[in-house]
Amino acid sequence: MAFLFAQFLTGLANASSLFLVASGLSLIFGVTRIVNFAHGSFYMLGAFVGVTLMEILPGAVGFWGAILLTGLIVGLFGAIVEMVVLRPIYRAPELFQLVATFGVILVIQDLALMIWGAEDRMGPRAPGLRGVWRIFDEPVPKYDIVIIAITPFILFALWYLITRTRVGILVRAATQDREMVGALGVNQAWLFTGVFALGSALAGWGGALQLPKGGADLLMDFNIIGSVFVVVVIGGMGSLPGAFIAAVLISVLNVLGVTYLPQSTLVLMFVVMAVVLIIRPYGLLGREEVAGEHGQVGAPEAPIRPYGPVGRSLVAALLLVLAVVPFFADRFLMTLLIDMIVFALFAASLHFILGTGGLVSFGHAAFFGGGAYAAALLVFHTGTPMELAFLFAPLAAGLLALGIGWFCIRLTGVYFAMLTLAFSQLVWSLAFQWRSVTRGDDGLVNIWPAPWLNGPVPYYYFTLILGVGGILFLRHVIHSPFGYALRAGRDSPRQAEAMGIDVKRVQYVAFALAGVMAGLAGGIFVFSKGSVFPTELEIGASFDALIVVFLGGVKTLAGGVVGAGFMTVVEDWLTRLEYWRLLLGLVIIAVVIIAPEGIVGSLQTLWRRIRNTGDEEIAR
Amino acid sequence: MLSVEGIHSYYGKAHILDGLSFQVSRGEVVALLGRNGAGKSTTMKSVMQLVRPRKGKVVFQGTDVVGQSAFRVAKAGIGYVPEERRIFTDLTVMENLEVGRQPKREGAPEWTVEQLFEIFPNLKERRSNRGKHMSGGEQQMLTIARTLMGNPMLLLLDEPSEGIAPVIVEQMAETILKLKAEGLTVMISEQNLHFARAVADRAIIVESGEKKFDGSFADLEAHPEIRDAYLSV
Amino acid sequence: MTDILRVEDLKKSYDGFVAVNGVSFSVAKGELKALIGPNGAGKSTCFNMLTGQLRPTKGDVWFDGEKITGRKPREIWRKGVGRTFQITGTYQSMTVIENVQMALMSHHHKLFSFGPRAWKLYREEAFEFLDTVDLADQADRPCSVLAYGDLKRLELAIALTHRPRLLLMDEPTAGMAPTARVALMQLVADIVRDQGVSVLFTEHDMDVVFAHAHHIMVLNRGELIADGDANAVRNNPRVQEVYLGGGTLFKEAADA
Repeated sequence: MAFLFAQFLTGLANASSLFLVASGLSLIFGVTRIVNFAHGSFYMLGAFVGVTLMEILPGAVGFWGAILLTGLIVGLFGAIVEMVVLRPIYRAPELFQLVATFGVILVIQDLALMIWGAEDRMGPRAPGLRGVWRIFDEPVPKYDIVIIAITPFILFALWYLITRTRVGILVRAATQDREMVGALGVNQAWLFTGVFALGSALAGWGGALQLPKGGADLLMDFNIIGSVFVVVVIGGMGSLPGAFIAAVLISVLNVLGVTYLPQSTLVLMFVVMAVVLIIRPYGLLGREEVAGEHGQVGAPEAPIRPYGPVGRSLVAALLLVLAVVPFFADRFLMTLLIDMIVFALFAASLHFILGTGGLVSFGHAAFFGGGAYAAALLVFHTGTPMELAFLFAPLAAGLLALGIGWFCIRLTGVYFAMLTLAFSQLVWSLAFQWRSVTRGDDGLVNIWPAPWLNGPVPYYYFTLILGVGGILFLRHVIHSPFGYALRAGRDSPRQAEAMGIDVKRVQYVAFALAGVMAGLAGGIFVFSKGSVFPTELEIGASFDALIVVFLGGVKTLAGGVVGAGFMTVVEDWLTRLEYWRLLLGLVIIAVVIIAPEGIVGSLQTLWRRIRNTGDEEIAR
Repeated sequence: MLSVEGIHSYYGKAHILDGLSFQVSRGEVVALLGRNGAGKSTTMKSVMQLVRPRKGKVVFQGTDVVGQSAFRVAKAGIGYVPEERRIFTDLTVMENLEVGRQPKREGAPEWTVEQLFEIFPNLKERRSNRGKHMSGGEQQMLTIARTLMGNPMLLLLDEPSEGIAPVIVEQMAETILKLKAEGLTVMISEQNLHFARAVADRAIIVESGEKKFDGSFADLEAHPEIRDAYLSV
Repeated sequence: MTDILRVEDLKKSYDGFVAVNGVSFSVAKGELKALIGPNGAGKSTCFNMLTGQLRPTKGDVWFDGEKITGRKPREIWRKGVGRTFQITGTYQSMTVIENVQMALMSHHHKLFSFGPRAWKLYREEAFEFLDTVDLADQADRPCSVLAYGDLKRLELAIALTHRPRLLLMDEPTAGMAPTARVALMQLVADIVRDQGVSVLFTEHDMDVVFAHAHHIMVLNRGELIADGDANAVRNNPRVQEVYLGGGTLFKEAADA
């Protein structure tokens, strides 16, 4: 019993940082309606800034002073991010906002690498709080107790700020109706910046406060953001008490999980989340979201058309070149092309639900990696022949998509994005932690194709046929009645429902189909590399596909494929640069703000302008 | 004080205001009349810059405000009471008033919470109640009081008599006359001709986004055909 | 004449606020009927309960003898009720004719078909519907470049594709120029006459209402205060009161 209580205290202490980060995210979302995916980065920044300040400032006063100062610095940084990156895109579709904040993640990652280096930093112990106190004979770290004692004050301070001050009143009013707040003479721009700064500061404090228990490293941002989304989703978006309850729940469960089910700590919180969502789709204390007022960016999508003679010839020429590549290319080029085709298929499957379906999925890697793992597990554990195991990749990914889709399709917008991300983290944590089956981060190796496919040339043709076949199939579906129904549900769900289309069912089928195709890409991938690691399931992998689709152009069918080709080539030399993330992040932010139509979309606009035909060039 | 000059406003592709012009002078109460969908609310929103006119000017105190943010228009001294009331239902009466509070302004009547409670005694009783637990009439009182907390020079009241009980409508008319007596300039939009005549000095009739009549109620009385064409069923 | 739509004691309240309070009426086969009333009278709420967007607190809706209360919009559509919206919701990324083809694909249960090219399906049929609303010459333009009045007509064509027996139109002429309004309602009146469709519409343009509606209902504060032909409604004292203000109220102020 005493042991359990001590465990509970550890959970409470861990909840503190999680709550701080989650409440910041919640606060920002409530007022700006933007889900700040970079919130984990502010947390990481807080940890690094905190470490540095603690090294400079001596003693107990220095320690606590450093924590306080950290929040202010991170808050200031957040304010700058808000003014530069977010202000121009408040009325843009959610996808653009989410992608922009992802650009911020990349920039912060490299800034941190530049300033603090790749080495993990140990957090300094809090002066005077080393060692443990005994509670019911169980040792509990003194710092934990202090944090548990501090957290209620933070909660109280936040509560006081929100309920008792003018700023808090304005924030709550703006959460409900920001236009009206503006009409009453309040400068919303500064209110938004202020709230964003406060939210960032909370994340910064979260990062600094956990230093004596953890430290600072470059993976902190992605590691916490999954948990934070789970907390916010469980607690209810925009609810501070909800965030607190959920943070405690998750942290305590985590600590107990470590003791009793050490293999399932990461999985546990997603199971809790799933249970909560089945009972309350908008979280414990959340309420149903009214659809946000998101405008259109650029011209509306042009009606889809089969390629004209020029387009057909181009595609045929490209395919012909790809078909004869093995006659003159070296091994390196063929490997690069295989990567490119695999990535293009993966991106095309995401583009299918994102562009055509309007479903912003942030966890698409779950199906790519899921397919790869499904095939690899069969080969690794049962020695299944490659041909059979390969078929299992799209099948398993499709089943996974049916399962995940069942939860996610019911939600829309940012809720959908967060939930898909959280589920992909669930799949990742399975691969990462279920070591007896997946071998964790040692990965599954020696997954080679059947003898008749072994070797670069046969496998290249195998990839070419299945990859290009998959892409063409998706394209065909987009042109079929099903694809039209999917687009109808995206363009105007209300009108679609009013003409007999079951929008959710159409989306569910599309989600599963996209999962199958991503799984197919994963299957080709795993046998081309001969191995698979949990990295294929990471948030970063989902984001790669997302960025490719985005850079290519969401509103154009070729967007995903072109983006993937572009990215594979660029990445090859980009990753040779030391700070390529910084560059990529800045490019993404610039594209969001300046050229939101993407590569293909911008080229099309340019082409139309050159030929000066406007919108009337519709000929069959 | 306010001069609207040939504004064209749209909702998406729908052309709502078609070159509308009118003036409001200091100290008067003007009623904007017209049927549903004639463009009354859009006129109010266009003055407030909640809908941006694509053409034309909205000159307030000598400055064209077209293109400015709504908060700047509010800061300049125009108070807006929306038709849908849009009170903050999760906030208490006192908190709603706090959102509207602005520093006092030269040349405009100044309001304190106590004064507003004198005008709207119901609000005083319900000062700690949340907006969502109030009746339609009380919500209407609150939304006016909230805007007055900004000490405006010109008050835009969009359909103040709509959807509230007849006895409250009468109270509302008295309130508007009180505000006028305090020196406030008021523009109301109305469908109820009798209500408008009871409170306003002048009538402007709009139909399909165009001005069809601008003059005194006596003039309007003299031309029943205008009334029948644009106001009645 | 029998009734195609019958509404019994329909009520909708939100958090204690009663938007529609016990409304009963019916629409006869082949009738063109209008529902009018001041802003906030409950027209849209009433309408959305008929089309399944809102679930009534109380009361029932019967379509052609079958109870459709609380059914989903798509189910009500399948039973033969078409509708248009106050703010058009056409598919911006499709051409004009594809918008009609989409409705035809849904009508013919082809939504989960992966084989054919969608733009080849039911093109002829779609063309005929476009012809009905005089949009045939714009069939292959992108929907996003259409003028507002044309969009409204396209919506009408879409609503006719499953050959509905009842058409519900929410403010069909909102945002249109006066001449275009008359033309559109003339078109609706022709369709009612030629195809035997019944139409119930809400409208704020009284010229449109009195020129075309066979019968008019007036809603005020969630209650039906009149239901009759144009003359009866025009001369109804309560209707006068609603549209021109309280008769006795403010009498003194007005005289002063």
